Amino acid sequence: MRQAIGFRALSAFSAPLALAGCTGDLSALDPAGPFAAAIADLWWLMLAGAAVIFLVVLGLFLLVLFRPGPGRRVSPSRWIWIGGVAFPLVTLVALIGHGLMRGEYILTGRAGDPLEVEAHGSMWRWDFRYAGGTRSSEGVLHIPAGRTIVVTATSDDVIHSFWAPRLGGKIDAIPGHATKVRILADRPGVYGGICSEYCGTGHEGMFFEVHAHSPEEYETVLAGLEQEGVR
Amino acid sequence: MTPAPRRAALRLHRELTAIWGTPPGWGRLQAVNHTVIGKRFMLTALVFFAIGGVLAMLIRTQLATTKSAFLDAAAYAQVFTMHGVVMMFLFAIPFFEGLAMYLLPKLLGSRDLAFPRMSAYGYWCYLFGGSFLVGALLAGVAPDGGWFMYTPLSSSTYMPGVNADVWLLGITFVEISALSAAVEILVSILKLRAPGMSLTRMPIFAWYMLIVAGMMLIGFPPLILGSILLEAERAFGLPFFDPGRGGDPLLWQHLFWLFGHPEVYIIFLPAAGALSTIIPTLARRPLEGYEIVVAAVIALAFLSFGLWVHHMYTVGIPHVALSFFSAASGLAAVPTGVQIFAWLATLAHGRPRMSVPMLHVFGFLFVFVLGGLTGVMLAMVPFDWQAHDTHFVVAHLHYVLVGGFVFPMMAAAYYWLPHIFGRQSVQHLSHAAFWMIFIGFNLTFFSMHLTGLRGMPRRISTYPPEAGWEVLNFVSSMGGFIMTTGFALVALDFLLLAVFGKPFRRNPWQAGTLEWATTTPPPAYTFASLPEVAERADRLDPDTLGPALAAGNGFLGAVRNGWMEVLGVDMVTGKPEQVVVLPKRTYLPLLTALATGSVFALLLLKLYWLAPPAILVVTALFLLWTRDCGPTSDLADLPVGRGPDLPHHYHTERPPSYWAMVFTLAADATLYASLLFGALFLWLSAPNWPPGLDIPLDAFTCLAVVAALIVAAFFGSRRLSDNDRTARNLCIAALAHGAALVILLAFLAAIHGEATRHAAVASIFAVKSYAAFHVAVGLVLSLFGVWRIRRGNVSRLRDLDLRLGRLWHLFTLVTGLAAMAFPFVLKLLIGGAGA
Repeated sequence: MRQAIGFRALSAFSAPLALAGCTGDLSALDPAGPFAAAIADLWWLMLAGAAVIFLVVLGLFLLVLFRPGPGRRVSPSRWIWIGGVAFPLVTLVALIGHGLMRGEYILTGRAGDPLEVEAHGSMWRWDFRYAGGTRSSEGVLHIPAGRTIVVTATSDDVIHSFWAPRLGGKIDAIPGHATKVRILADRPGVYGGICSEYCGTGHEGMFFEVHAHSPEEYETVLAGLEQEGVR
Repeated sequence: MTPAPRRAALRLHRELTAIWGTPPGWGRLQAVNHTVIGKRFMLTALVFFAIGGVLAMLIRTQLATTKSAFLDAAAYAQVFTMHGVVMMFLFAIPFFEGLAMYLLPKLLGSRDLAFPRMSAYGYWCYLFGGSFLVGALLAGVAPDGGWFMYTPLSSSTYMPGVNADVWLLGITFVEISALSAAVEILVSILKLRAPGMSLTRMPIFAWYMLIVAGMMLIGFPPLILGSILLEAERAFGLPFFDPGRGGDPLLWQHLFWLFGHPEVYIIFLPAAGALSTIIPTLARRPLEGYEIVVAAVIALAFLSFGLWVHHMYTVGIPHVALSFFSAASGLAAVPTGVQIFAWLATLAHGRPRMSVPMLHVFGFLFVFVLGGLTGVMLAMVPFDWQAHDTHFVVAHLHYVLVGGFVFPMMAAAYYWLPHIFGRQSVQHLSHAAFWMIFIGFNLTFFSMHLTGLRGMPRRISTYPPEAGWEVLNFVSSMGGFIMTTGFALVALDFLLLAVFGKPFRRNPWQAGTLEWATTTPPPAYTFASLPEVAERADRLDPDTLGPALAAGNGFLGAVRNGWMEVLGVDMVTGKPEQVVVLPKRTYLPLLTALATGSVFALLLLKLYWLAPPAILVVTALFLLWTRDCGPTSDLADLPVGRGPDLPHHYHTERPPSYWAMVFTLAADATLYASLLFGALFLWLSAPNWPPGLDIPLDAFTCLAVVAALIVAAFFGSRRLSDNDRTARNLCIAALAHGAALVILLAFLAAIHGEATRHAAVASIFAVKSYAAFHVAVGLVLSLFGVWRIRRGNVSRLRDLDLRLGRLWHLFTLVTGLAAMAFPFVLKLLIGGAGA
């Protein structure tokens, strides 16, 4: 009877999930490039594995509580060594290996001819600089689609974090450091971005957009941007 | 029992209660008894939990709809910061400290903890420090930079108000309480056990607490150091974290998370220890895999100190380091899994009883396993690059903390409340309360995983409708209200138990552990006589032992000189070796805590010049504590009721206070190592190095201080049979310390201007300040030794006071040598630039 309530509660969770869906301008589950897609794939794999492991462990618990027979036939030593050591070790080594390879891909894969841009966070806006600092734009990052972009994140006040979830992972912009992240948009379009390190009361308004243009258009767009003075 | 033994037992009970008890009314402020202090810690922690819960409901109310105008961004920042601070610092740790203080002497077959006045002092520091923080919230100046207060946001440039100082000083004040508890728990578990209780016969909860106390000893100093350095930067301009002057915001992160990651295991492990005690009792079978569980907990303790960088995957850490921390973080699941499967094995081979604690064990398993699984996901670096700083992490941390701490503590509460109150649960509300909490919790936080993956960052007070997060947040908020109602029902349930519960005979759970051998509620003296233990301490028979001990049949079954006596045993074998005479109840801990609080208050109010006198008052009060310690003449060995006579602890090689000094110095050394490594980190990682100014070396000062320290250590350590010569030696040691102190203070005054210009000089300032502090304490301890000799507390057999001083002088010498060498090493590393 109590189990039934638990399972009914469980199925109630899937309703909001279904309602919300996975899409969205800032959704990591709606990737628009290979780096974000690699992470999303990893997520779905881990979700499936986690669901199985959770059901098995919970199942074993309910089994030993309500059906004493089968559990007693396995020696305590076996319970502990197989369940607590062997199984986690094997799973973790496989997962860690896979995760490391994915990480390598995101850090070094699709090298091609990367384009360098700078994302400068301040309280509370993003300024983007191109072509060695000669061009800049505020609030919108212009990139060519289909090409690896190396974003260098900087800040002169507090820590901010550059994050365009559909295109890649995030990187913190730390005063005194210049950190890098790689993003790639497969197709031209507009993708959302948001600061993701608490930086004061204006933090929640620190949105930005990434505009990916076709390679042909990009030069024109770049030329039309504000020119920076000599630095 | 026949009439004569019963009268004897009653007389013994009255005599012991007169000595160990706490008087009513104002006398309650003198309490030093572990049962009283343990209950106080737990009750106060629950009050703070309620406050943290109200803050959580404010958060959920704000986030339930988009563009809510309930709280503005500034107020919301205080609310979310204080929710984290209250739950992590003022609820979780104090609650399990209270439970450990209450249970440990009973489980170990002793009468109290090793340092009763320290327990009381720790409680008052916690109460006052917590009141600072909550008071600041009510005054609208609560910290508002997130519970981990990253710099540069928390520097004086971006947070000029007093809010950040409240955090830095308030938390440090509370951490004094935690560190003193850690030292006390360590010493009590190692030295104050029932005869025959070797380490391998200890109840498993004692193993967990031993390991946790060790973790606290090493894990808290980095936070304390970081807080001191940041407060020094804010108040005096010493740039440790300011990149413009050679500091690095990353130094704060490393110091914080070096504390922060072990902290969450420090929170989880006592709960796991409670589960390892409760599950076997409810399964009517002793814990399976006792040895491997101990090994797993030790492994987890060590491992937890090697994982902190997984909170920093997005700061630009090099590849190799990312791989290492990712692998280590994932592997933490193995020792955790060992414990879970040991519990499953115990249940499988036992005969489990359905009961209210078991319901909460189910809650733990369901919620904590989910949390652990998302933790392994976050350990994978690519995934963390998306999920870091989003609501996915918020969901994860609540699953592991509520699952791994709150549910086990509720199971522990239902299990041990009958012991605390001597009444059994009424149980009408318990099931409904559990399900409300369980369902409410999952509604709040399960969908939050998705909220985070759909891009919602942490710590935002409003979000636009286009983001598509409103439905998920609304569901979370509704779940939050259900969960709160559930907790209110649990509180009501506890109240009903305390007031209307059914009294019971003894041991309602038929447990095999010693705490059930006391009467319930337990008497102030815990056991009228102490048991001899010949088996593992979870396979005992409290129902038979209880009356036998009450009749005075064990060790120390009589009152002597009005003393509060317990037995000190060999750490490993449990062979009795000394009679430890504990100090009586007194107002001193309360007064000392008030004085300590005033030091922090003065710093907060920026009345810096008043702080040194206040510190002197605190020192004087602490010295007053020693007035009642130690006999004024040599004593013969004391009979203990069974076996050979044993020496009074002041006459032994290694009494409890000796170990307290050793462990305190271990924590101190950890702080120092963090400082030295922190400075080296700045040299390696911070911008604007090499500094464009001279490194102050001053070889003459360094040599003079080194010479003084060597003299002090030499004369402060010699144990002579002639008290007068020893006193003269101690005076020489005091003079040497005084000379070193004056030279160091002069040096610090000379460089304090330079120290605000670059982190290199600031580091030297910090290192030499550390040396100066230790020299000052060395001076006090040398004079203290002279005072003790004059009072007659010192003889050839009773030289404990001098040995404690000796430990300190040697430590000061070694750390002082390192401090004097430090500027030269730094100059060498920088490579001669700016010479």
